[in-house]
Amino acid sequence: MGSDINVTLGNWSEWFMLLAAMTYMVVFVAFVWDMASHSKTLGLREEERARKRAAAEQDSRELVGVGASSKAAASAGAGSSATVSGSAEEGAASARTAELGAPGEFRTSGESSTKGAGEFEALNYTKGARRPAARVAVMLMVIAFALHVFAVVSRGVAADRVPWANMYEFCSTGAMVVAGVYLVTLIFKDLRFVGPMVSGLVLIMLCLATIAFPTPVSPLQPALQSYWLIIHVSIAVAASGIFTITFAMAVLQLLQSRREKRLALGQESRMGFLRAVPSSVTLENFAFRLNSVGFVFWTFTLAAGAIWADQAWGRFWGWDTKEVWTFVVWTVYAAYMHARVTRGWNGNRSAWLAIAGYMCVVFNFTVVNTLFPGLHSYSGL
Amino acid sequence: MTKAPTPRERKEHRASVEVPALGPVGMARWAWRQLTKMSTALVLLLLLAIAAVPGSLFPQRVQDPGAVADYIKANPVMGPWLDRFQLFDVFSSYWFSAIYLLLFISLVGCVIPRALQHFKAWRSKPPRTPRRISRLPQYRRVMLGGRDGAEAPTPDNAIEQAAAALKKRGYRVQVQDLGTGAPSVAAERGMLKEVGNILFHVALLGVLISVAAGSLFGYKGQKVIVEGESFVNTLVDYDSFNPGTNFNADWLNPFSVTLNSFEATFNRDTADPDLYGQPTDFNADLTVRDSPGATPQDVNLAVNKPLNVDGTKVYLVGNGYAPVIRVKDGKGDVAYEGPVVTVPSDSVYTSSLTLKVPDARPDQLGFVGLLLPTAVSQDGSIPKSVDPGLNNPALILSSYTGDLGLDGGQPQNVYVLDTQGLTELNSMSNSNGPILLDGEHRKVDLPDGNGSIEFLDVKRYVGLDVHSDPGRIPAFVSFLVAFGGLIMSLFIARRRAWVRATETEDAQGVRCTVLEYGLLARGDDHRLGAEAEKLTALWTSLWEDRGVREYHLKSSDKA
Ligand code: HEM
Repeated sequence: MGSDINVTLGNWSEWFMLLAAMTYMVVFVAFVWDMASHSKTLGLREEERARKRAAAEQDSRELVGVGASSKAAASAGAGSSATVSGSAEEGAASARTAELGAPGEFRTSGESSTKGAGEFEALNYTKGARRPAARVAVMLMVIAFALHVFAVVSRGVAADRVPWANMYEFCSTGAMVVAGVYLVTLIFKDLRFVGPMVSGLVLIMLCLATIAFPTPVSPLQPALQSYWLIIHVSIAVAASGIFTITFAMAVLQLLQSRREKRLALGQESRMGFLRAVPSSVTLENFAFRLNSVGFVFWTFTLAAGAIWADQAWGRFWGWDTKEVWTFVVWTVYAAYMHARVTRGWNGNRSAWLAIAGYMCVVFNFTVVNTLFPGLHSYSGL
Repeated sequence: MTKAPTPRERKEHRASVEVPALGPVGMARWAWRQLTKMSTALVLLLLLAIAAVPGSLFPQRVQDPGAVADYIKANPVMGPWLDRFQLFDVFSSYWFSAIYLLLFISLVGCVIPRALQHFKAWRSKPPRTPRRISRLPQYRRVMLGGRDGAEAPTPDNAIEQAAAALKKRGYRVQVQDLGTGAPSVAAERGMLKEVGNILFHVALLGVLISVAAGSLFGYKGQKVIVEGESFVNTLVDYDSFNPGTNFNADWLNPFSVTLNSFEATFNRDTADPDLYGQPTDFNADLTVRDSPGATPQDVNLAVNKPLNVDGTKVYLVGNGYAPVIRVKDGKGDVAYEGPVVTVPSDSVYTSSLTLKVPDARPDQLGFVGLLLPTAVSQDGSIPKSVDPGLNNPALILSSYTGDLGLDGGQPQNVYVLDTQGLTELNSMSNSNGPILLDGEHRKVDLPDGNGSIEFLDVKRYVGLDVHSDPGRIPAFVSFLVAFGGLIMSLFIARRRAWVRATETEDAQGVRCTVLEYGLLARGDDHRLGAEAEKLTALWTSLWEDRGVREYHLKSSDKA
């Protein structure tokens, strides 16, 4: 690899990074706005329904019912849990056929029904729910992401290498991956409820990059010039991007399950914004799917790091500080994977494990890169 | 999927934790059962993570024994205590080993029964169709036949066709109760999920064993070679050598390496002064003979490009300058001539030099000082190096005479000269001043007729690490198996499906067949509903021309 540095392009890159950061700030505000307004709408609707039922039943303990029924509906929507009872399905199915009547009765192979498909239905986009602030947020996020991609790519071009060789680049590229992973999942599932947390984290990462670790464009040291670096770091960053989103979901899961408990007891919950968030069971299940992918990526990171270390330093594992922390992260997530199938460890405890794992990831990327000595202390600080 | 424990389950759970009043065998069995529980594995994993953390907080002997010694010296109170608790050897400590050994024992105890059970499950047929399929988490019913008065397939027929279709979808199937009026098929797929899980855990054990084998039977050695010199892979030729616990020196494969030349490339871009002069590439040109008589091969060695001689790997880990020096002693004889390996200490390769000349007569001579690759002196002050390249090499040395103490048999560090008990001839603080040698001043006479020192040339040297780790390949293979197993285990869904066919009549009185089917997942499976839909689509494509419709009670009276 040569070291042809293009300073002008490097400067452009920095400007675009700032621009992206500012756009993310607006995205963050829009997402928060959406959470507030959407949960308020949902709250009003809930109240409306409760009032109707109260009028019909003359029951003063309406809140119990609301809490319980919303919980039941949510967990039924989770689809994967056994609470989807046969009889409910049956009822729905017969109602549907009764409505259809004779003519269109027969199925054709072209017909694709997603009803009851159960792929985290609670996370599907629902028609009719108008959320202007969320739309603005997502649209702006796409724009911010485009600016961000330009900033990162132009930095790579300017430095004539992959843009993740120091802390500035780790943070900015990492933030880009988080935003990218999030936007991609948004295509499939309505994860706008984690928007405030994800955009907030992206914003923090960009601020860290531009304020705490500003670094001009520079070439790579010989020990870092390897395609294993590209593979190792890109997968590590992708895994961290996934873990960031599941971290946000774990936090929401904990809050949501507290709220669910309160509502089930007939108490009021002050965390009304959680109305716009799916049930804790859905969050847990979906986060687990994402975390499995993240865990596979991290396992790969560990191995690619070992292969790289084997080539660069002549030992595949030497308990370098960075290796220790990569191992710690891996072990914590392995524990998380077990927690899901261990009685007494699923639910909130597994969410705590996911949070602990993410803390280790953050520690690994920040403190270890900057403060600890070791072969990996190439962070350019 | 495990559901939140119901109060009763929790009570049972507690009961199983209580130590039963049994004999030693019972106790052992109880301990074994505790150890092989999932929650134990989980806690051990967390403990392992926590136990690894001190390994990043304190210097470790595996990494840098010198740093540990310095740390203990700097913390005379805490240091020895930390050492007593093996906090400088975390990864070979008793407590760390205890945790992972327990974890792996637990793993074996967990995986073997699971593997046996799965082997049995694999050999046996899918389980019998439950009486009430409608209880399953996914349950559907369709009615076959009746389209334009078309006849439905008989129940037996429908089940056989359904079984064939399921088989094509990757299910293993077992047709039951043909001819009874309510025939059914039991199907199961995703048996590989559990295989993956078992492979993953066993392969982790493989990784551990491979790493252990490496540390028992491998070795590591360091060697510095100057341009033009050679190295033969024998014990005597190493500068330092760390054998594995069970290593036998006869296993060294006798290859040899000659360093023809070494080249370092530095950043010459002036755009950013901070980066100017950073190394961008290291490249060593070697001639290698696999064995004493073998044909020599030219090889290029770079930082990320190790040399591999039959599994023994040679890495380029360091480099520097070795000035060629000739020393004449007080009697006028050449007491030393050759390259002296210096140790670079900064980014411009200001390198420290130590030269001991025990052959000098009548008194031994010693030199310490610096090599400056690009020496620049301003206003007559002491020169400094401004660049790592070899543009104006210069030596600044102090010289000593006396007994170097090498004859006492005590091993000495070649890079340190103990000047106590020596007479200083030249130095900064001495009236003779330091010795300054460069391109113009090639030779200096030592004071008081102690001889002379001559600066002939500068060569480069490389530091090589030679490693042999017989566990490397097995560890890698184990990892690949583990990785494959992990993916299989996480992304294959294990499901059971049952289909039962019964006869009925639709509202028009046409004989129809009701197909009811249900699905059950092992573990949590969010696509179970999607699979149920897929099965509906499958039946639709099978019997579309005869008619496939939702079945509901109103259209039938014989359900
Ligand atoms: C070296 C320590 C271990 C690590 C790193 C580890 C890691 C993992 C991971 C990542 C998974 C999820 C992926 C999969 O299903 O294959 C898993 C699953 C599993 N582990 Fe381990 N494990 C370890 C030790 C153990 C031990 C000691 C036990 C038994 C007590 C155990 C029992 C299981 C079981 C039963 C599953 C499957 C859960 C299911 O049915 O989905 N593991 N393990």
